[in-house]
Amino acid sequence: MTNHELILRRDRSNRLITVLIVAITTMLFAAFTGAYLIRRTGADWSPVRLPGILVATTAVIVLSSVVLEAARRRDSSRLLLSTLGLAVLFLVGQLVAWRQLADAGLASADVIHGMFISILCAVHAVHLIGGIIALTFAIRRPALLSAVTMWWHFVGIVWLYVYVLLSIG
Amino acid sequence: MSDHAPTGFIQKYIFSFDHKVIGVQYIVTGIIMALVAAALAALIRIQLTWSDSGLMQPETYLAVVTMHGTLMIFFVISLALVSGLGNLLIPLQIGARDMAYPLLNMLSYWIMVPACIIMIVSFFVPGGAAASGWTAYPPLSAVAEAVPGSGMGQTLWLLAMALFIVSFTMSGLNFIVTVLNMRAKGMTMRRMPLNIWMFFVSAVLGVLSFPALTAAAVLLLMDRHLGTSFYLPEGMIIGQEALDYAGGTPLLFQHLFWFLGHPEVYVIVLPAIGVAFEILTTYGRRRPFGYRTTVYSLVVIWFLSMIVWGHHMFASGMNPYLAEYFSISTVLITLPFAVVGVNLLATLWRSRIRFTTAMCFGLGLVSAVGLGGFGGLFLGTATSDVYLHETYFVVGHFHLMIGTVTFFALFGGIYHWFPKMFGRLMNERLGRIHFWMTCPAMLTIWVLMHLQGMGGLIRRYYDHGEFTYAEGLGGLNLPITLLGGVLMLGQFVFLWNFFKSAFAGEKSPDNPWDSTTLEWTTPSPPGHGNWQGPLPDADRDPYDYGPNDDGSDFVSQGSPQSA
Repeated sequence: MTNHELILRRDRSNRLITVLIVAITTMLFAAFTGAYLIRRTGADWSPVRLPGILVATTAVIVLSSVVLEAARRRDSSRLLLSTLGLAVLFLVGQLVAWRQLADAGLASADVIHGMFISILCAVHAVHLIGGIIALTFAIRRPALLSAVTMWWHFVGIVWLYVYVLLSIG
Repeated sequence: MSDHAPTGFIQKYIFSFDHKVIGVQYIVTGIIMALVAAALAALIRIQLTWSDSGLMQPETYLAVVTMHGTLMIFFVISLALVSGLGNLLIPLQIGARDMAYPLLNMLSYWIMVPACIIMIVSFFVPGGAAASGWTAYPPLSAVAEAVPGSGMGQTLWLLAMALFIVSFTMSGLNFIVTVLNMRAKGMTMRRMPLNIWMFFVSAVLGVLSFPALTAAAVLLLMDRHLGTSFYLPEGMIIGQEALDYAGGTPLLFQHLFWFLGHPEVYVIVLPAIGVAFEILTTYGRRRPFGYRTTVYSLVVIWFLSMIVWGHHMFASGMNPYLAEYFSISTVLITLPFAVVGVNLLATLWRSRIRFTTAMCFGLGLVSAVGLGGFGGLFLGTATSDVYLHETYFVVGHFHLMIGTVTFFALFGGIYHWFPKMFGRLMNERLGRIHFWMTCPAMLTIWVLMHLQGMGGLIRRYYDHGEFTYAEGLGGLNLPITLLGGVLMLGQFVFLWNFFKSAFAGEKSPDNPWDSTTLEWTTPSPPGHGNWQGPLPDADRDPYDYGPNDDGSDFVSQGSPQSA
């Protein structure tokens, strides 16, 4: 097998494993969704208003996807760094949101909707951090970029989904 | 992948990237864990047979049962059969030099090792090992004061399972990408050995269903350590004390658990069926009956197995309409599974059997599939399951399917592929002794348990002495335990044979069984990169057996197609 064929094969493996991880993560959030929809029928359920700053973080993560797409098309490492910056900004915003929840006494064990907000935000953040690590690798190895971009957009979409799910209260 | 073979001992045998070494590592680790799990089984049998001997407290019995199940399912069968044989065989049978991600593969194994250690350590912490069943149902698993094992033991159980899930998922991803992307030239999906199909679907099922357990475990940890009530209802009392929980439901955990738990059955049974197809074709000297119908059925099983989990919960008080749905979908799955079972049997039709130890285990496996499948009909239907659910009928049933079928595949697979692990053959005479001490005893034990269950002997109890109706049924405990003793002695024969043959067995030729699939075109044992020259092309069907014009009895899948 020639070197070129090996490289093509490796690229295909990378895209394939990304698609699979997307599928696994989808199942994970599907399971949390099931738990959420069942648990919210409990007698003690009282919905919590989402912190307002989450609207801003939502805008930031959408913007990060747009910037990453532009970075990939223009082959610009400066835009890649901006994407990383936006991701960090998003995470800081999420932390602030959680602080606000906690200060209002809504991140405690007996406010179950508040717990769901905390858990889903945290689980989502873990997946975004995975994306950040992958993206720092991709800056040095551009061959990884198409797989990382796929993951990045997916994590953005998951956030939109989580936001809508948590908003129904 | 590096192009040079590693030379140092540590790189070659400990932190190896080589799929064959990693496969053997999984198998040996599985064997060690099996010794622990088997010792627990012996304790269970002694307690049930001589209940008034004072061997253990009720809570100890629960911990022993819990750990026996957990270790056998996740740390023996999933490890040795799925990850072990899977790692060894997938690259060899599809004509690849290694897995798609050798580093990830090495990490998968080394994440599994601490999981095993933590499980073992959990026996020795205050309160002992987890005691909430291999299913870890709350509230037992959620409230630390519930039973002694609910404390530190349960925490360690969850930690070990978390590592297991990470490792098994990484390994599954590697399997899928390797099968889809690393096949030899000419190896279309329809030319893959059935074994590879089975490992492939098993991996897909595994990676798609384990996330549900992950989510379940995250919420369980919250209940345990932060005092939330995801699974805990209002009004629970432990001792004299009312607990401060409200609004949760243990049924939520059961749904999430079984969304994984049922597919997990197929994750470990499908590779077993795959191994059986390889064994039956090789030693039966004929093609598998119905290659295509087997593959189509497999795809249907894959889909159906993910939507039938509720049949594990018929006795939980679920809505009868929902139970009706789960009954129908469960009984539906018997259709594709029966097709696969009949194809296994029909593969024997007009075969020219060569009786080797591997073949004996292959045939034993087919019997176990038949027996186990038959009992499954009664448990898949809510009407009969509600009566049988809490009895030894269930114990007998699942030990036939996920105990016997999988163990026979593991044994048969090890005898069959031993040359590709160590370049040597296992001793056939000892193998035959192992088989005759294993198969009849094992099948009889589970059939007797079905009888106990039909009589109403309740499972999970450490002592049935209180129940006068169970006196006669308890009489069967002694023969079961004695047969268990025979079974266990037989495994020492296997262990001796395995380790002695690995170092001093008869040297094996490259293709000792005249088999057709690609792994037999490699040297025994295959070196780094598997094939010394260029990779083989898969120009043929994987099962080209039968008398040929030139008088030979088989044609390797790697042989060039004649014009």
